Amino acid sequence: MKRLELWLYIAQRGSALVLAPLVLLHLGVILYAVSGGLTAAEILGRTRSSALWPAMYALFAVAAAVHGAIGLRVVIREWTAWQGRSLDLSTLAFALLLLLLGLRAVQVIA
Amino acid sequence: MTGTLKVEIWRGAEEGHFEAFEVPTQPSQTVLDLVTYVQRKLDPSLAYRFACRVGVCGSCAMMVNGTPRWTCRTHVNKVAAEGKVRIAPLRNLPVIKDLATDMAPFFDRMQEAKGRFVPSEAAAKDVAVVPPDDPKRKEAAAGIECIGCAVCHSACDVVAWRPDYLGPAALNRAWTLVNDVRDGDRQGHLAAVAVDAGCHACHSHQSCAEHCPVGLNPSRSIAGLKQLVLWAAVRGEL
Repeated sequence: MKRLELWLYIAQRGSALVLAPLVLLHLGVILYAVSGGLTAAEILGRTRSSALWPAMYALFAVAAAVHGAIGLRVVIREWTAWQGRSLDLSTLAFALLLLLLGLRAVQVIA
Repeated sequence: MTGTLKVEIWRGAEEGHFEAFEVPTQPSQTVLDLVTYVQRKLDPSLAYRFACRVGVCGSCAMMVNGTPRWTCRTHVNKVAAEGKVRIAPLRNLPVIKDLATDMAPFFDRMQEAKGRFVPSEAAAKDVAVVPPDDPKRKEAAAGIECIGCAVCHSACDVVAWRPDYLGPAALNRAWTLVNDVRDGDRQGHLAAVAVDAGCHACHSHQSCAEHCPVGLNPSRSIAGLKQLVLWAAVRGEL
């Protein structure tokens, strides 16, 4: 792909923009929700009450998969001798794995 | 200040060792003075490079106790930790012999980054009026004083990790041209730095800014390039 590094850079910064508020929201919600003690059933009751929660966490999972895999690829390229097509495909597989695991978790709370 | 100082100097090329010399100390002595003393009085086979001795030419840069510096502008008493100075050739460049590095890869990066002025038709026909307080002129002015000593190239960890990375000096040069209203190939400059090992490979560690003997901030220039290239790419101009 032409200018692959540039587009990966844009994807990583873009996913960071999505992640930053979501992480804060996620932490805030945890602190708020468990302050009075909460069971798993109650949490599920809330997350299933609105499509917004699973939608938010699906977006979270997508952004984390994109962001983490691109960062991992950069670290491996710079710190080891491994690069080229095999690294690209391996980190793409890592992104898909993260996405799969993330979306499975989202499916449970939906 | 009298007495002697233990000076360890790199001997050899990529493979080599540090050789210790005893050099008499002088008031206001520079690291370049130490090297010159060793070459003239102790071992004439020592290879090193210098020209102006006053911080204008940028040719005497070396690693002094692990830090890239202009040796002519580095006083011994500022760096002689525990009465010892260790002098090595600049990092991230091939060593020719002793303290002399091959600067070709450094200047090759300048060419790859299209670090040369491309006159626009308008600028060729008439004298361009560039107001000193013009924002673009200010950006160009902030980076223009680079003399190509390669201290930043040597200080940069990304250059160490990725030898094909264009490096802070070349990218800083590209930034000054992108902000030069007389230049006729802005897109060409942006395309040259948008390559795989271009401006986006920078991690903003800012070692270049930390060590630049002229006090420039190539990190800032690179951040500017990243932004321009990003929007140019999103608009489909690259």
